[in-house]
Amino acid sequence: MGSDIFEVTVNALKLVTIFLVMVSLVPSLVWLERRGAAFIQDRLGPNRVGPLGLTQLAADAVKFIFKEEFVPAKAIKFMFYGAPVFALLPASLALCALPLGPIINIIPFEAFGQTWGPYIFSIQGYEASLGILFVLAASSLAVYPILMAGWGSGNKYSLFGALRGSSQIISYELAMGLAILGVILIFGTFNLNEMVTAQNGPLSFSAFDYSMTLSFLPNWGIFYQPIGAFLFLAAAFAESNRLPFDLPEGESELVAGFHTEYGGLKMNLFFIGEYGHMIVASALMVIFYFGGYLIPGVSPEQVTQFLSGFIDSQNMTAVLSGLIHLGAFSIKVFIFLWIFIHVRWSLPRFRYDQLMELGWKTMLPWALGNLILTAVIMAAIH
Amino acid sequence: MGGCVPLYAVIFITIFVTLFGALLLFAASKVGKVYKDKVKDETYECGIAVQDKVDTKISIKFYLTAILFIIFDIEIIFMYPWAATYKEFIASGNGLYSLGAMGIFMGVFIFGLWWEIKSKALEWE
Repeated sequence: MGSDIFEVTVNALKLVTIFLVMVSLVPSLVWLERRGAAFIQDRLGPNRVGPLGLTQLAADAVKFIFKEEFVPAKAIKFMFYGAPVFALLPASLALCALPLGPIINIIPFEAFGQTWGPYIFSIQGYEASLGILFVLAASSLAVYPILMAGWGSGNKYSLFGALRGSSQIISYELAMGLAILGVILIFGTFNLNEMVTAQNGPLSFSAFDYSMTLSFLPNWGIFYQPIGAFLFLAAAFAESNRLPFDLPEGESELVAGFHTEYGGLKMNLFFIGEYGHMIVASALMVIFYFGGYLIPGVSPEQVTQFLSGFIDSQNMTAVLSGLIHLGAFSIKVFIFLWIFIHVRWSLPRFRYDQLMELGWKTMLPWALGNLILTAVIMAAIH
Repeated sequence: MGGCVPLYAVIFITIFVTLFGALLLFAASKVGKVYKDKVKDETYECGIAVQDKVDTKISIKFYLTAILFIIFDIEIIFMYPWAATYKEFIASGNGLYSLGAMGIFMGVFIFGLWWEIKSKALEWE
């Protein structure tokens, strides 16, 4: 994780921070969702506890911890307790592998009577060189906590919810994998950092001997993969079990699906996992199709140059530039999180056979067609 | 860095997350009061006595979906290395060769999908 104590500490702190930020984003998202839903349905939502109802979050967290710890008699204890803890893992493992900002070069500096550096830090938990494969592998672990919860609860509703959930997740993983293949074709790499850097600058096409530059548009993946982007978004909804794909917890049929027997903090941990998935899916969407941490029209070098007009220290400039890009990334991710919330309160739920039909018979062929089309066009315009 | 996956960092965050969840659960089990009740400990069943065993019969469609998923997912995974190197193939002038080679594989894939739909393996009643 690093060559000396400073580097190891920073890298470990980065991982812990990313995880804790993910966990603490969840209450804010829940608040946003409840308020947003209320306004969509012409209500007010939680607005009594504190300003705008914001301290409702703290009240909820305290309530969750102080609830009674309940285990049904027929539950398999190890699985019943293990599932919510395990539910945190896939999202946090995947989130740590995503590039959240540009690389920060730290030149040697003096502190505590010793020279430190030079260092190269990236604003991401860890850099997996096979970025996409690692993220896919980590996030597909999400099937296990659902199955563990379903089987461990000792309840029919939980079991059926878990089965539905897992078969839905694996079905949409196919369409998702094929949609991502289009992205890999365009960028020619597995590495997420390289993908983001490739989206720098204005949009430029080159076909045969002509080349065309549209300077008012950024060079984002969405312009090369419009169908793929839509398919990926739809599959991402299904992967994170959100409406209109929330069949695993369809309360009209299955009470609450795989977490029927869960309550209090254990239920909350499942929630964190689900919202973590939403965050990962939005972040992947941004990285693949919307330029990652890049600010449209401005390259990272320009930001650094602009900042160095104000600040003398080269290290401070690098760190600040990194934070600005992190901010741009967060704004983009929040736009997608809002889309997740808005869709949830706009669309009705599918029926189960419709869901499987959409996944296997509609999205899979479309994703395959998109892939073939991309490959043929790439070969043809060369 | 280096290597495919930074192993120490992954192990570190795995242990951290697990401990975080486990400690929270432990704390919650110590703080909240527990009222034991025989009826309350029963499995949830819409207010009536439990009717059925847990290991009840499950539609075979779920198994079929899982099997089909494994077949198709492996086929998709085989396309990943091709997709990553396709740009280099085009740049070196071998794009059509690469596309044709993959075309045969995709033909098998599409035939499989067509057969699967035609044999009604994906129908849910």
